[in-house]
Amino acid sequence: MIAELGLALLWIAAALACLSLIAGIVVLRGGPKDVAGLVRPASVAQGVLTAAAFALLIALFVRSDMSVELVARNSHSLKPMLFKVAGAWGNHEGSMLLWLTILGLSGGLVALFEKRLRADTLIATLAAQAALSLGFFAFLLFSSNPFKRLPIAPPDGQGLNPLLQDPGLAFHPPTLYIGYVGLSVAFSFAVGALVTREIGPAFARAMRPWVLGSWIFLTLGITAGSYWAYYELGWGGWWFWDPVENVSLVPWLAGAALLHSVAVTATRNALRAWTVMLAVIGFSMSMVGTFIVRSGLLTSVHSFAVDPERGTFLLVLMLVYIGGALTLFAFRASAVAEGKQFALLSREGSLVINNLLLTTILALVLLGTLYPIVAEAMGEKISVGPPYYNKVAGPLALILCLVMVAGPLLRWRRDDGRTLWARLPLALLAGATVLFGLILFGGPIGILPLLGMTVAAVVAVASLAPLWKRKLRRVPLPTWGMVIAHFGVAVALAGMAAESAFIKERLVAAAPGETVKVADFTVKFARVEPVAGPNYTAVRATLVATTPSGSSFILHPAARTFPGLMGGAPTETNEAALLTRPGGQLYAVLGQPVPSADGSADRYQLRLWWKPLVWWIWLGGALIAMGGTLALLGRAQLLAIWRARRARKAQMRFAP
Amino acid sequence: MKPKHQRLILAIVALAGVAGAGVLGASALRDEAAYFRTPAEVAGGKATPGEAMRLGGMVAEGSIRHLADGVTIRFVATDGEASIPVEFTGIVPDLFAEKAGMVADGRMRADGVFAADRILAKHDERYMPPQMGEMPTDMKAATAG
Repeated sequence: MIAELGLALLWIAAALACLSLIAGIVVLRGGPKDVAGLVRPASVAQGVLTAAAFALLIALFVRSDMSVELVARNSHSLKPMLFKVAGAWGNHEGSMLLWLTILGLSGGLVALFEKRLRADTLIATLAAQAALSLGFFAFLLFSSNPFKRLPIAPPDGQGLNPLLQDPGLAFHPPTLYIGYVGLSVAFSFAVGALVTREIGPAFARAMRPWVLGSWIFLTLGITAGSYWAYYELGWGGWWFWDPVENVSLVPWLAGAALLHSVAVTATRNALRAWTVMLAVIGFSMSMVGTFIVRSGLLTSVHSFAVDPERGTFLLVLMLVYIGGALTLFAFRASAVAEGKQFALLSREGSLVINNLLLTTILALVLLGTLYPIVAEAMGEKISVGPPYYNKVAGPLALILCLVMVAGPLLRWRRDDGRTLWARLPLALLAGATVLFGLILFGGPIGILPLLGMTVAAVVAVASLAPLWKRKLRRVPLPTWGMVIAHFGVAVALAGMAAESAFIKERLVAAAPGETVKVADFTVKFARVEPVAGPNYTAVRATLVATTPSGSSFILHPAARTFPGLMGGAPTETNEAALLTRPGGQLYAVLGQPVPSADGSADRYQLRLWWKPLVWWIWLGGALIAMGGTLALLGRAQLLAIWRARRARKAQMRFAP
Repeated sequence: MKPKHQRLILAIVALAGVAGAGVLGASALRDEAAYFRTPAEVAGGKATPGEAMRLGGMVAEGSIRHLADGVTIRFVATDGEASIPVEFTGIVPDLFAEKAGMVADGRMRADGVFAADRILAKHDERYMPPQMGEMPTDMKAATAG
């Protein structure tokens, strides 16, 4: 019954989306005004019903109802509960339902809480959001029904990839999805504002918290995903420029550009057309990413051709939405009145350069991701890897960081170079110290890591400058947010640069009892033993790492074997062991046993890395997200609303 | 400066930036994009020694050998038509095995051995190398664990 109820809820929610869209169009075309009253409740109800359908899908996974095809394919009755729940969105159909749930809920939230926008713009926005939902409802209901029943229920499910059985991964996709789909609200705001021609500070202020909110989730999702890949894959890297990673980075870059340009529109009423354009690009990039991942294009152009239905459906949806929005933009952009003027050397000017650089990086990352697909379609098989991305994104990112040094110190409208210089000496001193220190004592370092650490020092000091000589309690929350986020960029940059400059690696074949030296650590390979986990067996090594000061730490790298389900072959995964120290992380991987010449196998491959400051990368990501959150709290004026409410209550209490 | 001039300058700066980025991207792609080759293509002389490339094929049965240092392996990558010896120093991925598909990043040495910097054998959703989808189905069946 649960599956049928879920499907029914989806159909009703789709009908409500249809209702919102039609009612919105009727109102905007000058039809009867009372229809306008339908749009808000319909949007809220659509969100609630879709969320309920998603909850029912989770319930099916929790109960291990194997008569539902999706559960049978992706779950197993013996799986730990957390992974049963996560199984609901760890597959194509479930993740599309999650996508629709977030789309619906964010539309509902706009309908409930958005009070600053003009009434007709709000209705146009909600209608645009409903139009987005409608397309994805059609996709889900016609080609990816998550509630499909099997004619005969199998005795048990086919399980989930053991590599994906990790708590980090259970929450990674939903976080990214909230970010991806949250950008749809900015898209709908842009379409709504284009329809009613209300593009100005009010529209920008209404859009801003949504951009910030989804960007925070994207930041958290990317940071968490990077850490997951780092410890779970056992390759020791934190970013692989893998297409799946790239398609999450691209909307993040668009979001970062958008939240800076929307600041200019909200504060100075400039860059209006550009802000609208970026809002369209942001969600378009989310859709492109989903399309690439979900259509099978990533694996090969040919696998796309094998199952063309879904891919073509998504492609058409994407072309309709992006094309529609861009066409609307083309017709209305000339009508967008010219914004306020500003000098190049001003806060606005620096934000324009920031936007140019961010969109350029975006375009180059997208180019590298799509190029192999295009090349393959033309008969040439090519892979684009880290060398390309590091070469194009590295230098541009460093220039971007330098702009970030100057931007927050410049005044709006116009500023002059001398006052900027006067605000910088401390930051430049920090940069010079690091640069000369590294050249003198750092040994041979690549040019990019060297510049990276130098720029990180400049940014770190300069990012704190807006707090200089101010009463810290009086500094507004959004300013705190900016300072912390920019400081976070410096921390992450320092981590990336230091890790690539000073990484130490040892790869050995060692027998238990032997000792390996890596960086300042003496690592004793104490023993290897078999251990049993809840649904796997493992070979576990015990390493004792000793620092020069004499303190010892124990690490347990292991190789796990998961039994094959339903007659499949067993799967092995590598569990790296990490030792976090103030100066970095020691990373240990246990490889395969090495057969000796006499046939005995007492030696094991062992790989040890010392990664200086590596955890700063994720600390920086967390700081960026925290800065965003503070800015969001300030911008959404939750505190102000709360205070006003308290004041009103207090007044009522004292009223006679 | 008149507002119109300023807009013009901004537009020119933006255009120059975009053009520069285009040139940067195109030249980086030309330098850094690596070709994906099969053993047959390499044997046919398509790969220049020293040039970064990707080699995809199946690990030939009984071909994995451990060298004396304990951390270097040698195996033969084959696609049924030709065979190329591969040398790799490091820990092979979990799914690397004989009669299974693999993709290696690296370059051909002058002695005809492919020196791999990295080996991919994963075929899960996340790390299936794009080109593995192209392999003949029987080889895919061999890699699907």
